[in-house]
Amino acid sequence: MHPRTKFVIGGALVLGVAGYLMLSAISDTATYYLTPQELATKVAIDPTFIETGVKVGARVVPGTIQRAPGGREVAFQMTDGARTYPVVYRGLIPDTFTDSVDVVVEGRLGRDGTFRATVLLAKCASRYENAPDKYKSVPGYTKQPTRTT
Amino acid sequence: MILIGELSLWIALLMALWATGVSYAGGALRRADMVASGERGMYAAWGFTILASAGLLTALVTHDFSFRYVASYTSANLPTVYTVAAFWGGQSGSLLFWALVLSTFAAIALVSNRRTNRELMPWVTGTLGVVLVFFLAVTVFGSNPYERLDWIPPDGRGMNPQLQNPGMAIHPPNLYLGYVATAVPFAFAIAALISRRLDAEWLGAVRRWALTSWFFLTVGITLGMWWAYVELGWGGYWAWDPVENASLLPWLTGTAFLHSIMVQEKRGMLRKWNVTLVVATFLLSILGTFLTRSGVVSSVHSFAQSPVGMWFAGFLAVSLVASVVLVSVRLKDLEARAELESMVSREAAFLYNNLLLVGIAFSVLWGTLFPILSEAVTGSKITVGPPFFNAVNIPLGLLLFALTGIGPLIAWRRASAANLQRQFAAPAAAGVGVGAALFAVGMRDPYALVAYTIAGFVTGTITQEFWKGTRARMRMYAESAWSATLRLVLRNRRRYGGYIVHAGMTLVFAAFAGLAFRKEFDVTLKPGETFTAKDPYGHTWTFTSGGLSRFDVLNRQVVALSLTTTRDGKPERLITTERRQHVDSRGNPTFEPSTEVGILEGAKQDVYVVLAGVSPGEQAEVRITFNPLVMWVWFGGMIMALGGLVVMWPKATARRGAEAGYAAALEPSRVPAGSIPESVQ
Repeated sequence: MHPRTKFVIGGALVLGVAGYLMLSAISDTATYYLTPQELATKVAIDPTFIETGVKVGARVVPGTIQRAPGGREVAFQMTDGARTYPVVYRGLIPDTFTDSVDVVVEGRLGRDGTFRATVLLAKCASRYENAPDKYKSVPGYTKQPTRTT
Repeated sequence: MILIGELSLWIALLMALWATGVSYAGGALRRADMVASGERGMYAAWGFTILASAGLLTALVTHDFSFRYVASYTSANLPTVYTVAAFWGGQSGSLLFWALVLSTFAAIALVSNRRTNRELMPWVTGTLGVVLVFFLAVTVFGSNPYERLDWIPPDGRGMNPQLQNPGMAIHPPNLYLGYVATAVPFAFAIAALISRRLDAEWLGAVRRWALTSWFFLTVGITLGMWWAYVELGWGGYWAWDPVENASLLPWLTGTAFLHSIMVQEKRGMLRKWNVTLVVATFLLSILGTFLTRSGVVSSVHSFAQSPVGMWFAGFLAVSLVASVVLVSVRLKDLEARAELESMVSREAAFLYNNLLLVGIAFSVLWGTLFPILSEAVTGSKITVGPPFFNAVNIPLGLLLFALTGIGPLIAWRRASAANLQRQFAAPAAAGVGVGAALFAVGMRDPYALVAYTIAGFVTGTITQEFWKGTRARMRMYAESAWSATLRLVLRNRRRYGGYIVHAGMTLVFAAFAGLAFRKEFDVTLKPGETFTAKDPYGHTWTFTSGGLSRFDVLNRQVVALSLTTTRDGKPERLITTERRQHVDSRGNPTFEPSTEVGILEGAKQDVYVVLAGVSPGEQAEVRITFNPLVMWVWFGGMIMALGGLVVMWPKATARRGAEAGYAAALEPSRVPAGSIPESVQ
């Protein structure tokens, strides 16, 4: 056999293994990434979505965060404006988790309508950035005329 | 100075436009005066980009909070080093920094090629000009660091505390340097395609730049892992986050190129492939920047979502289409000059190495973009997590790792059975020995056993190569063992520098495999209370809480926990971990509280302690993790970078002649394969 043919066969073998690994891994680990609204729709169409592992991206409703003493458990509500779900999470709470941040929770929606999260990622919409406009509401920080250089 | 900087940004953009247009025109019309003018335009763009950067730095250091950028990322009480680092810490500043690095690299490329590659240079200048125009235009129109607020805050918002870390001050510039350096080989590839000078000429010019990019990406990725580990507090250093993947992708294709380039140099094969890899590496760098800045893929690292993402998407699309068209038009000029002669040859090993590296890159890209792809196809976003990346990349990575040991042992063109037997005996024995020894002491994790067996094999290969080369020199030149080893490396930098990189990679893989034995405990400790745990090596540790203390530092309020530790009854170092609330110079809290991890570092393992929270009664909620071998990831990464430096260090010109003669005498094509020992080639 020509060495080049041999290489092509070997290469196809390697790529085949890689492809197989990718396909099997995707079917094992793929999870839906939904908004609360989409989750509600899915559940309405197909009740098996209850108690199925999904990821939900939403925003924390301000004022709903209840931290259990110890910093290992937290309850809050998440919303996308259309639909709101209560969430319970156990585990280390990320430093960036606070009112109104965007969160990604991974877990299952229980029959009682509460989302039980096993993973909580908080991504500050301005993670590397703090909008100075926030300051405008702080007392004593009054608007000053623009300075030109 | 600030005003000068602001104006310079505009002038730099105009200069870059000039350099692009005139260089391309000069190249097409073969007008030397236009080419020279284009090059001068590029130098001018460089100078004005420096001025623009200096202006922004001045604004930062003088705390001019009338600029949105300064007010958004710094505060008056921020330590100076981080105030300077804020230059590349935010969106618009980092774009300007990118332009600064790009124009600097362009200037270096122009200076170093002022007498060489003259046919290519107009196209190189023009292509670098296009990229520079793009970055400067995004900086000016998309996200301008000189944007002013309509009011002047008394103090800035401060820097995210997680970015206040020495690693964070140097990690992004390294990655940027690595990303940006891929633009130079890309420009040369495009130049070679346009001018149809697709011989070794452009490859020679490109190799050192590809190495430079590889070096900075390696350093940047290692520092990034280290930063994530000490700063983010989740106990690991790699989470397959889209932004991490984005930095890995060009590293993988760049590594593939550095290997396949040798096949083209020695055998004239893989010519299409090499052009493709160079172009792909650059496009992946741009893709990485796009992913980081557009928010299309959800990542905990994302910059604020901004219209800048669309600029990048557009640029990416244009570069991709232009490159594909150019390569397909020139396919005929890229035919291979030789054919694969045997499956058992060095070039076949390189081919498999490339296949695996690109396969890994493809799977990482696929997993990263899967949410977008699935949404486009099925309408629902479906994500794949770390299990996907691990399931695919651990087996492929181990295969690649094994090739690291196999490749150097096989001769070019065609290896004989006797040659194989002689070369493989010792390394294979070393690998099997390591695997058997670990099994004997009770290691049962299959992946870890395979990884350490391969690590033993690769170490055997590298040691054998060094040993043979050193012995040959000792005989030939009657040198002592030390000076023979040193000269061996200095006289054959590419080869032995490469082995140093492989040695670093071996350490990194060995350290990755250690993660299989990680142990984690969540505990609640009252002051004076003790927790006892066994580490993965079977030692018994105790952790006794010394209680919580509260104090204020320069720009933060701190709650600290200290733990006195013992290992097998003998006292170890004190571990402290903190929760910090950062404040601005008026005492207003900035950002959410952050965690400062306490780490007891060691060669065998790190003891990693996080103060998760405080519950009533001054009880500390603590997570204690035993992380085996983590330190070797950083060491391995640094050794890889060091090997890269050895390979790319410029040779003294006087020595180059002598060495060329030496190398020519042993040119493999002039002697039958296998007739001389691999180690002196």
